[in-house]
Amino acid sequence: MTRTLWGSTIGKKTIMAVSGLIMLGYLVVHMLGNLKIFFGPPEFNGYAHWLRTMGEPFLHYEWALWIVRVVLVVAVVLHAVCAYQLSRRDLAARPSKYVHKRARAGYATRTMRWGGIILALFIVWHVLDLTTGTVHSGGFQAGHPYQNVVDTFSTWYGNVIYLVAMLALGLHVQHGFWSAAQTLGAGNATRERVLKGTANLLALALTAGFIAVPVAVMTGVVS
Amino acid sequence: MRLTLRVWRQPDADAPGAMVTYGIDGISEDMSFLEMLDTLNEELILKGDEPVAFDHDCREGICGACGVVINGDAHGPERTTTCQLHMRHFNDGDTIDVEPWRAGAFPVVKDLVVDRSAFDRIIGAGGYITAPTGAAPEAHATPVPKPDADFAFEHAECIGCGACVAACPNGSAMLFTSAKINHLNVLPQGAPERETRVLDMVATMDEEGFGGCTLAGECATACPKGIPLPSIAAMNKEWLRATRKVSRS
Ligand code: FES
Repeated sequence: MTRTLWGSTIGKKTIMAVSGLIMLGYLVVHMLGNLKIFFGPPEFNGYAHWLRTMGEPFLHYEWALWIVRVVLVVAVVLHAVCAYQLSRRDLAARPSKYVHKRARAGYATRTMRWGGIILALFIVWHVLDLTTGTVHSGGFQAGHPYQNVVDTFSTWYGNVIYLVAMLALGLHVQHGFWSAAQTLGAGNATRERVLKGTANLLALALTAGFIAVPVAVMTGVVS
Repeated sequence: MRLTLRVWRQPDADAPGAMVTYGIDGISEDMSFLEMLDTLNEELILKGDEPVAFDHDCREGICGACGVVINGDAHGPERTTTCQLHMRHFNDGDTIDVEPWRAGAFPVVKDLVVDRSAFDRIIGAGGYITAPTGAAPEAHATPVPKPDADFAFEHAECIGCGACVAACPNGSAMLFTSAKINHLNVLPQGAPERETRVLDMVATMDEEGFGGCTLAGECATACPKGIPLPSIAAMNKEWLRATRKVSRS
């Protein structure tokens, strides 16, 4: 079964759909968690600490967090490898272009590949900025995420990178969620509107929810 | 009508091609697009030039032989086949670009003619049923629920013209393959090969070098028979079901 999945275009799309939905589920939780920043430093920092003690005493300190991280890394890698292989195949399947050009498919669809690359680069920066603190502006303080977030969004480039990435995320999710549903065979004529509506809602909620944080820092609501 | 045509000319599969401009006059708006090309070819032959090669057969929109890309749209601006497209959809003085289907799996043979035998090989991999030969069975011996019959018929309308592949930015044959699979897999006559059909036809589709589906939706817009985009989701479902079933047995 693994052979069939990996060896077929539909199989690779299935892997992309499942890994994409896993990441999407994580993002919804991540976005909701971010909004705790509006309740002040103690609550936000406390929430961040709880993420490390989650599952105790059954799990050891940070184990739950590491399980989530491993699952996410596997999902990202599978998603990216399949996307790369399928894209190469798609480009090879259309070697000569039409002389008469016109835009094909919607904006969200056409930006899936570049959007995906933007998101991959963003994830690297995001982890180096707010998880490891390697490229963080100002002194990164482990255990004080509230201050770290304020620091990041007090720089112009931090805001620009984040806003661009979150717009890319919205577009990616809008086409990606609906596509995943089709790939997994959930689409049919009657469900079309519900699926498209859910995709739009998810895209909008994620982009707005994530963007709320830098906007709040920029406007001084969070400082 | 007076028109300017820019037509893809390519002497054979290996030679480079290019768009060549022709002026043409006296086109009636009641002519089909192919009759307009016939008119052009008559003039070319009289002048001693090589006529433009294009595929056609029934000229009534049922065989799927015709098909060119007109101003970037497979089969042109209307939802129909090129042979059923009438010149009244164009205006006097228009410049019209005419190109062959473009896909790696559909190499150009000459001018506007492409080799679509990859489709035949997909059909050969499972687009049929095994039926005992002999006298035709009694028509009501195998009842088919009305929704299933409608679903099968909707997909049986596919004429295999290849417009879906031509329109797809990935040169994907998913809509064609889904039409063929959905048509047979929903019917009791197609049940014995339900799993092997979808697995083998999809595998052949991949082997022929068609691209994957990114749900751009261009195929369903171009399809002259209105095969809808959710047909692809239905095929994906069949494929996943067959993959699970075959791996269990
Ligand atoms: S010539 Fe038969 S469909 Fe156009």
